[in-house]
Amino acid sequence: MIPLSWLIALSAILFVIGVVGVLVRRNAIVIFMSIELMLNAANLAFVAFARHMNSLDGQIFVFFVMTVAAAEVAIGLAIIVNVFRLRETILVDEINLLKG
Amino acid sequence: MNVVPQPSFLMVDWWALGAVIALTVGCLALLVLEFLPAGERSSRGGVISLLTLGVSAYAVLRVAQDRRSLFDGMFVHDGMTVFFTVLFCAIGILSVLMSWDYVKRTRINQAEYYALLLSSVLGMVIMAASNDLITIFLGLELMSLSLYVMVGFRRTRLESNEAALKYFLLGAFASGFLLYGIALLYGATGTTDLGRMGAFLADSPVLSNPLLLVGGLLVLAGFAFKVAAVPFHMWTPDAYEGAPTSVTGFMSAGAKAAGFAALLRFGLKAMGPLEDQWAPLLSVIAALTMTVGNVTALLQQNLKRMLAYSSIAHAGYILVAIVAGGTTGAGAAVFYLAVYSFMNLGAFAILTMMGQGRDERVLVSDLHGLGFRRPLLGVAMTVFMISLGGIPPTAGFMGKIQVFGAAIEAGLIPLVIIGVLNSVISVFYYLRVTVAMYMREPEGEPTAISQGLPALLCVVITLVLTVWLGIQAQPLWVEAQRSVLSLL
Repeated sequence: MIPLSWLIALSAILFVIGVVGVLVRRNAIVIFMSIELMLNAANLAFVAFARHMNSLDGQIFVFFVMTVAAAEVAIGLAIIVNVFRLRETILVDEINLLKG
Repeated sequence: MNVVPQPSFLMVDWWALGAVIALTVGCLALLVLEFLPAGERSSRGGVISLLTLGVSAYAVLRVAQDRRSLFDGMFVHDGMTVFFTVLFCAIGILSVLMSWDYVKRTRINQAEYYALLLSSVLGMVIMAASNDLITIFLGLELMSLSLYVMVGFRRTRLESNEAALKYFLLGAFASGFLLYGIALLYGATGTTDLGRMGAFLADSPVLSNPLLLVGGLLVLAGFAFKVAAVPFHMWTPDAYEGAPTSVTGFMSAGAKAAGFAALLRFGLKAMGPLEDQWAPLLSVIAALTMTVGNVTALLQQNLKRMLAYSSIAHAGYILVAIVAGGTTGAGAAVFYLAVYSFMNLGAFAILTMMGQGRDERVLVSDLHGLGFRRPLLGVAMTVFMISLGGIPPTAGFMGKIQVFGAAIEAGLIPLVIIGVLNSVISVFYYLRVTVAMYMREPEGEPTAISQGLPALLCVVITLVLTVWLGIQAQPLWVEAQRSVLSLL
């Protein structure tokens, strides 16, 4: 059996990779993928804690999170596609009409 | 002996769920009705939305005095739920009224607009009624996902798209933080139920557990994003400026109130035993939020952008009330949210009328001479501005009195001084709008006004509420205080 601390460490590493990805990458789709990584890091933590505590709440939470993530993908990709149609770029540096 | 389990759906109090059911049905009905396409200038969406919001407000008011706990305590029907459900329905109704003609002239009069508005209100109601981090997260996502689409609803306009992209990426990023925070809190306390979490922490009120500390901070960051508190406010001005004006009004009032409702429940119920630990952090955020919001608002020429920074500043005042804590503090926060929603929606309702066709005229200079050409709009805008600035005899003044009164009672003198100084700064930029309306002449053509009856009705309702709550604040104040009793 894998100890809890390993699983939590892995999930923390995934989460940090996600955060760093959002902060340093410039392509909207890659940023979006990094966000998904953050959500999945949370899922891993939920499952690990749930197994450790023998409780079901965490495992059920994961189903909800997966549903929400799917909805988020649908909306996010739609927005990104729409931006690409108008601007022909999805690099967030170049999408800078609004500022001040 | 085997006990046959009672089917649980028979034990649910359907009236307590009435608002949620009505909003779901209304939202789906709007989408299904699209099989019979309506004309471009049809008012069907607006009428159905008004009916739905009316019915859901009625449903919750019908059982206003009942106290229920549904779905194993995940969804509670208490004073707070009732107060906020009615507030969200009011915000929804006012937003529908101000969208009525605006969506027609900007060519976004589609059923989806109203369906998304209803589903967003539904998300807000769920957030305010949730007693479990799972349902809070679901409500928050339902609200946010609908808002992302609404912000980008003018999809042929670059600004609208850009605002949607920024709001979406930063919003999803913040959701990630919130979710990971929830996961860590679940690991630290073994539950996602707010009440049980509070009970667990009351037994061992220590932050020495790193899971608890990091988890709490991440959840706080997630909520701070939703209510636009510094340093998580970067999305606000861009999203507010690029969104269709009616959507900006709706999200400035609704999303903020919902975020604070969830934050109040989480902070007081789950994290209540640790209040001494998080209160100092929150007071720093409050001071920063007020100052950054007000100082940056001074520099803005675009009214939507100015109101965005002003909404950041108002989040700061509400945070002061939450730091003050207790019935008075939490009550003041709830009271201020209601007052802020009305005056802000009024100001945005006037902005939706500026311009003609697909035009949007929202610069301060576009208001030149408006006060004399349209006396009602001029007076209304003046009242909203002095109310936002917190000058008597308006609702905004009463809100500030309650917030700062609660803070003084709790001994937060430095925070009150910062808050009052900030109110003084804010008067400059609010009064600049009034000066533009009455003391400047338009250069060239004055801005065209598209005056529709529903939007005018929205202005009149919010105007009456803003003035009336400035004179007769007591009834709402009593309701606000009663609504937070269940949290303490």
